[in-house]
Amino acid sequence: MTKELEYYGKKVARGLMDRRAFMGRAAALGVSAPLAGTILAGAVQAAGPVRGGTLKAGMQGGESTNSLDPATWASDVPISFGRTWGETMVEVGPTGEIEFRIAESVEASPDARTWTFRIREGVEFHNGKTVTPDDVVKTLQRHSDENSKSGALGIVKGIEDMKADGQYVVLTLDSPNADLPYLLADYHLMIQPGGGFEAPDAGIGTGPYRVAENQPGVRHVGTRFENYWDAGNRGFADTVEITVVNDATARLAALQSGQVNMINRVEPKVVNLIKRVPGVTVRNVSGRGHYVFIMHVNTPPFDNNHLRLALKLAINRQEMVDKILQGYGSVGNDFPINASYPLFPDDIPQREYDPEKAAFHYRKSGHSGSILLRTSDVAFPGAVDAAQLYQQHAKAAGIDIEVKREPGDGYWSEVWNKKPFSASYWSGRPVQDQMYSTAYLSTAEWNDTKFFRPDFDKIIIAARAELDPVKRKALYREAALMVRDEGGLILPMFNDFIDATGPKVGGWVPDGNGGMMNDKALIKCWLEA
Amino acid sequence: MRIPVSALIGLFFTGLFFLTAILAPWIAPYGMAEVVGNVWEPPSDRFWLGTDNIGRDLLTRMIWGGRTTIFIATLATVLSFALGAFLGFMAAVIGGWVDQALSRFVDLVMSIPPLIFALVVLSVMEVTTPVLILVMGLLDSTRVYRLSRAVAADINVMDFVEAARLRGEGRGWIIFHEILPNALSPLVAELGLRFIFAVLFLSTLSFLGLGVQPPASDWGGMVKENKEGIVFGIWAALVPAGAIAALAISVNLVADWVLNRTSDLKGGRGG
Amino acid sequence: MSAIVKLVAQRLALGLLLLLAVSVLIFAGTQILPGDVAQSILGQSATPTALANLREELGLNDPAWLRYLRWLGGVLTGDLGTALSNGQDISEAIGRRLGNTLFLAFWAAAVAVPLAITLGLVAVRYRNRWPDRLISGLTLASISLPEFFIGYVLIFFFGVKLRWFPSVATVYDGMSLWEKLNAIALPVTVLTLVVLAHMMRMTRAAILNVMQSAYIETAELKGLGQFRVIFRHAFPNAIAPIVNVVMINLAYLVVGVVVVEVIFVYPGMGQYLVDHVAKRDVPVVQATGLIFAAVYIGLNLVADIVAIVSNPRLRHPK
Repeated sequence: MTKELEYYGKKVARGLMDRRAFMGRAAALGVSAPLAGTILAGAVQAAGPVRGGTLKAGMQGGESTNSLDPATWASDVPISFGRTWGETMVEVGPTGEIEFRIAESVEASPDARTWTFRIREGVEFHNGKTVTPDDVVKTLQRHSDENSKSGALGIVKGIEDMKADGQYVVLTLDSPNADLPYLLADYHLMIQPGGGFEAPDAGIGTGPYRVAENQPGVRHVGTRFENYWDAGNRGFADTVEITVVNDATARLAALQSGQVNMINRVEPKVVNLIKRVPGVTVRNVSGRGHYVFIMHVNTPPFDNNHLRLALKLAINRQEMVDKILQGYGSVGNDFPINASYPLFPDDIPQREYDPEKAAFHYRKSGHSGSILLRTSDVAFPGAVDAAQLYQQHAKAAGIDIEVKREPGDGYWSEVWNKKPFSASYWSGRPVQDQMYSTAYLSTAEWNDTKFFRPDFDKIIIAARAELDPVKRKALYREAALMVRDEGGLILPMFNDFIDATGPKVGGWVPDGNGGMMNDKALIKCWLEA
Repeated sequence: MRIPVSALIGLFFTGLFFLTAILAPWIAPYGMAEVVGNVWEPPSDRFWLGTDNIGRDLLTRMIWGGRTTIFIATLATVLSFALGAFLGFMAAVIGGWVDQALSRFVDLVMSIPPLIFALVVLSVMEVTTPVLILVMGLLDSTRVYRLSRAVAADINVMDFVEAARLRGEGRGWIIFHEILPNALSPLVAELGLRFIFAVLFLSTLSFLGLGVQPPASDWGGMVKENKEGIVFGIWAALVPAGAIAALAISVNLVADWVLNRTSDLKGGRGG
Repeated sequence: MSAIVKLVAQRLALGLLLLLAVSVLIFAGTQILPGDVAQSILGQSATPTALANLREELGLNDPAWLRYLRWLGGVLTGDLGTALSNGQDISEAIGRRLGNTLFLAFWAAAVAVPLAITLGLVAVRYRNRWPDRLISGLTLASISLPEFFIGYVLIFFFGVKLRWFPSVATVYDGMSLWEKLNAIALPVTVLTLVVLAHMMRMTRAAILNVMQSAYIETAELKGLGQFRVIFRHAFPNAIAPIVNVVMINLAYLVVGVVVVEVIFVYPGMGQYLVDHVAKRDVPVVQATGLIFAAVYIGLNLVADIVAIVSNPRLRHPK
């Protein structure tokens, strides 16, 4: 009897059966739930990581214009591929704790202004050189240069002084920041030899795989790096492969037909349909990612707060979650933070759909005529549908939204962050400070609502330096209210990350920091024999 | 005159599609953009064809989508014929450098593939319905020009045209009284084919995300909106695709019949 | 014979002239694309000095005709310039993509052309009887379905349900020919279905047209078999229009496959162009546009020349 159950347990471990079905079998065999759970855990444990084979991902989020230069990364494919060949000083683990990679430990001065990282010894770059603290410093320097146009500029800008000292890197901040390690986990900050000054897109890093093939927008391949320092925990497959499949239907078909082992961004619309497909496992995890409509607060007509409030009140969040996410998510409250963050301000009232109040603010704004909302299939899954739903919601408040669908290719370079009202998404950050620093500080490169408010900046910087959690939480509450009531962000929903794997994929651990196990699925998963 | 069954079927369905398109505002059960149900509901007595990807009535969307599809394809076809046939006849009747200049220019435009041409134009211009019609009509007019010119050139050397010329009739008179009536049959057959081409071309553009703007949609756009459902056999994806095919086949059946009649009369189309 | 050579030479010259005219048209067309190239490279936060410097560097301040000549010179020496969006060498990037596109087109043609002509001949042999009607009906249906729909249906049945062929047709270096052929099986099928109908119908019409001639009747009166008459007497005389329609469809296979490339994720020219058009990447749009036009003109030229060589009446134009 237990033999049979062990057999099923192995099937679960290999992803051929889901957990619920296993428990069902166990119940049918008369085994108690706790015992069944133990058997299952044993089977999964025993299965363990398997080495070898080619792990293949079919992913959305790649274009033929992608580059290997980490400073330029903004979409899933370059980031996921980047994680296979490069590593940052530290990473944020699945449960939100700091994991040490190139750095092996850290110490902060009591005022949280001076941080000393000890750099791991004997870590080797793919070109045979050993990582030195100098490489780390140079990398940070490259990203702090205004001209690098790095996505991490806003993060490293606050580092006043950086120097290598023996096996240590000492960073001095211009103002205290209790979250610095979280910031340095940013995926742009891949440690490159010589900081990557000479060849930023050489694809030489310390990751478990070497770049074997790099065809932007088509295919990326990495082969195992023999001298990887952490081979016991990462890099199980001999070869990892990303095929860019921007079409959602094609992606699903590729998974179903076994051409790839995992896909990202499963459309919520079909989740309930593919759950029935044998061999396919849906991997959803609630996280900090959110789907948004963003207004540039410095551009008419969105420079009028009454109009912004009208638009925020004219959206039916619950229907968005029900129809666009099929329930795989939760409603948002117009600031980019949810309960997954530490120090979440939990007493801010939920903004509800209120056409009358929206109409009131709309009249006060004095605006007339239609408002152009740009959207695209790539803004987020269902973005074109969401825009049309929003249009219907706003109509009830007498607000005329005109929806314009933009071509998917080029949306991120030509529309997002450039046009005054558009659909977009954020994958979220491990801590509040980083989310605000990346997209809401006046100095942030990706300030996509053009929210330039010195008083807001002050609050965030004060919160950074604040080591008392109660006071810090109060400051974040103030910041959240400011964005919610005066900012350009309309945040109807926080989405679950929904990926899917085929049979035989082992080692999947839900990671709320981002899709595809925060883009680490290829280096952490393995193929069952 | 005996009309074959296939042509009758074609005529019936073509007529039905056009009638539905014209009457859309009066016969659609719900508002075109109105969200009335849940996502991808199966057909029921409330929603005869079920609902689409955000819970709009599929039948309503089909009726309005047909209107958009047929409206744009018809206008584009009319434009291409007005322009292409007129210039083609002119070139054939006047000949000389006018013919040379027009024909070489058409060669030039035709040497750039239409889909590529449309992609480039539509991705830099605001995609609006008039722009769509204009782009499709202009691109298609080159094909019509070639056919019209060839047909007109055939007719132009016939005795009755010579006679008219000797009588001292002007070029305009010859074009409208001699050439146009005689060129009508092959042109009508071509009209059908061009219309189908326009329908498919529009669907393709919509599918690539360059069609009409939401919430309006043509049938191709509806397939795109619901395409995640195709591999699960969701109605909302299959019905519009079927409709495109049905419309194309109906018109084709009619065009075939006209073409056959033409061949009987003239023994070949020339050119 | 020299008359033919002269005529062919004339056509060739005309084709080259046309290509030159197209290059002017493409260059002029891309110049009126909205947006400033320097601005789109540097982004919206660029300083005016940096913009001016880059414009100078790219030669954007020179008159249009000079820039055209410079571009044309580059093209003639095989230098298509550098992509603005990612700094890749265009000739290199296009080389790979064009190779893929031609590979797909070649195999689609290899299946579709013989099939279309055979079906056309069969249809003529049994004209107005059930094989003719069946073939006509099937090709009519295939021409009437949008190609993206055919594509998805094939993916569903042969990729997902039966798993005979992969649904994602990515090909790359290091695959064996067999693997590549397996990968492109579904897109080739879609393309075949799309071009088959047109070619088959024109073949049928062209042969029927010839069949009405007096010498065919003579041949038939002599008591020769139907297939023999069609194949030996009618077909050779219908070769020019058939080649013509084949060439048009070959051109379509090369330039019209954007949709198929998108559905099957095939890394060809169409997708490359679409990616870059959206980014106002002018050098890439110019280069791809020119290559597409060259293919198109070249194939039409072949059709013309075949028509001249195969038909004695055309050797002496009025």
